[in-house]
Amino acid sequence: MGNVLLQYATVLVLTIFVGTEIIAKVPSILHTPLMSGSNAIHGVILVGSILILGAANTNLEMVLGFLAVILGTLNVVGGFVVTDRMLEMFKAKPPTRKPKSDEVAE
Amino acid sequence: MSRETLIDLIYLVSATTFLFALKGLGSPKHARRGNMVAAAGMLLAVVATFFKYVDGHPLHHVLLILLGIFIGAIVAVPVARFVKMTAMPQLVAIFNGVGGGAAALVSITEFVHIKSTHPATYVVLEVLLGVLIGTVSFSGSSIAFAKLQELMTGRPITYPGQQIINGVVGVGALALIITILVTGSTVLLWILLALAFVLGIAFVLPIGGADVPVLISLLNAFTGLAVAASGFTLGSNLLIVAGTLVGASGILLTRLMSAAMGRSLSNVLFSAFGSNITASGATERDDGRSVRSGTPEDIGVLLSYASRVVIIPGYGLAVAQGQHVLRELAEVLEGKGIEVFYAIHPVAGRMPGHMNVLLAEANVPYEQLKEMDEANSELQTADVALVVGANDTVNPAAMDDKSSPIYGMPIIRADLAENVIFLKRSMRPGFAGIENELLYNPKTLLVFGDAKDTLTKVVATLKAS
Repeated sequence: MGNVLLQYATVLVLTIFVGTEIIAKVPSILHTPLMSGSNAIHGVILVGSILILGAANTNLEMVLGFLAVILGTLNVVGGFVVTDRMLEMFKAKPPTRKPKSDEVAE
Repeated sequence: MSRETLIDLIYLVSATTFLFALKGLGSPKHARRGNMVAAAGMLLAVVATFFKYVDGHPLHHVLLILLGIFIGAIVAVPVARFVKMTAMPQLVAIFNGVGGGAAALVSITEFVHIKSTHPATYVVLEVLLGVLIGTVSFSGSSIAFAKLQELMTGRPITYPGQQIINGVVGVGALALIITILVTGSTVLLWILLALAFVLGIAFVLPIGGADVPVLISLLNAFTGLAVAASGFTLGSNLLIVAGTLVGASGILLTRLMSAAMGRSLSNVLFSAFGSNITASGATERDDGRSVRSGTPEDIGVLLSYASRVVIIPGYGLAVAQGQHVLRELAEVLEGKGIEVFYAIHPVAGRMPGHMNVLLAEANVPYEQLKEMDEANSELQTADVALVVGANDTVNPAAMDDKSSPIYGMPIIRADLAENVIFLKRSMRPGFAGIENELLYNPKTLLVFGDAKDTLTKVVATLKAS
């Protein structure tokens, strides 16, 4: 047990609060990008995958680690690319268009 | 500064960029930049990891690691780039699933790796939780993907004694965890893996297509928690922070969505919603009442005399690929000095906020998208509510029919507007299979046909007049 576990637990608890605070402020129009974006963030498991493959001693560990690296990469790369594609589409009204359409209306 | 300290500092920077990205999602303006910053932070963390020492030596198998990353990237980029926006929910589901799978694999491999050193009980517990949650997320997401991609039926799949069997499998998994904690057996670990796989499938099968978005949000949280568990095992603050952030956000979002449907989370997960409604609900009202139906020209006339129009889009709009014509219609109306905005129900589409993404893709400016509460307070003064491809989200039965399965779900009050125009393919009930009383309301004008065709004709009529 000891201090290390306690330190991790501290990080865990504080992160829960910070995470909840930040996410409660996300407007519902951005909920799909939020899901996709947080999906990309848990792709950080790639870091863990690299570490276990890098430490692998047996063939079994190597096979499992290799699979983990592939899956982790799919998660992280796919997640960020999809999120970027979604957010790219959220545009404000082009400022030049608005006065024009008003003129037509007059 | 030692090498390890430097790497830990870099990890701290990465974790901060993740927070920055989530904070950026507070407004559409900063969201994209935030996402890019997080991607850069992720890249930094991955590169730094290559310089880490494990078990006192530099990383082995570096070429194999690079090969794995190469394979993953070469598959993920084209898929993510070219998939249609309507298919977004299943894509998020599958990317989430592989993340869960990776977390489970990391936990298993770490267990195999450290077993000979007789790790402390709490370390084994972390491993087992990572395996259980990660695997459930993997198999559950795969079934969710199959449902959304229509590789299998979207209806809930039920069989006698389902809840009991699922309960037994769940309890079995817990008993197995305790046994492994005591014995430290690797063989039992593989059995746990298999059991978790079955549990994920059994958990998702009875959940109907309409509820799958809530499920994906929950599975997203699961993967986050599995990643956090791996972080405990590997002793990585980065994994703990990132995993917990996702876990917290997923659970919060799941609860928000259940609330938006007026149901509790356990009702969403365990009630097999939508399995037996079509039989009872749709037929009993078939008493020959008449509806008022019209033509696209009638819509044109109604709209041109309005001063305020509220468009209520549903998933049917996206199926008909009518978003672009709809935006064109809104622009034509604005050109005539008519005020137009879109009322978006939180669960319109197949994912929370999905409709916003679909409309944004058609270049609808986000200022025109109004959330349910705001839209409802303005609908009282609207001349026309134009319902395109939506049904259950405007069904008044949710407010006044206690026997209705959707009773209690907050709806968009299309019925408050002076006139209601319903674009529908047929009289068939919507996704939840429930008859809509609003169709028979005297102020409702029904126009049958493909939404895209109808809207195109309306635009032509308006432009000609």
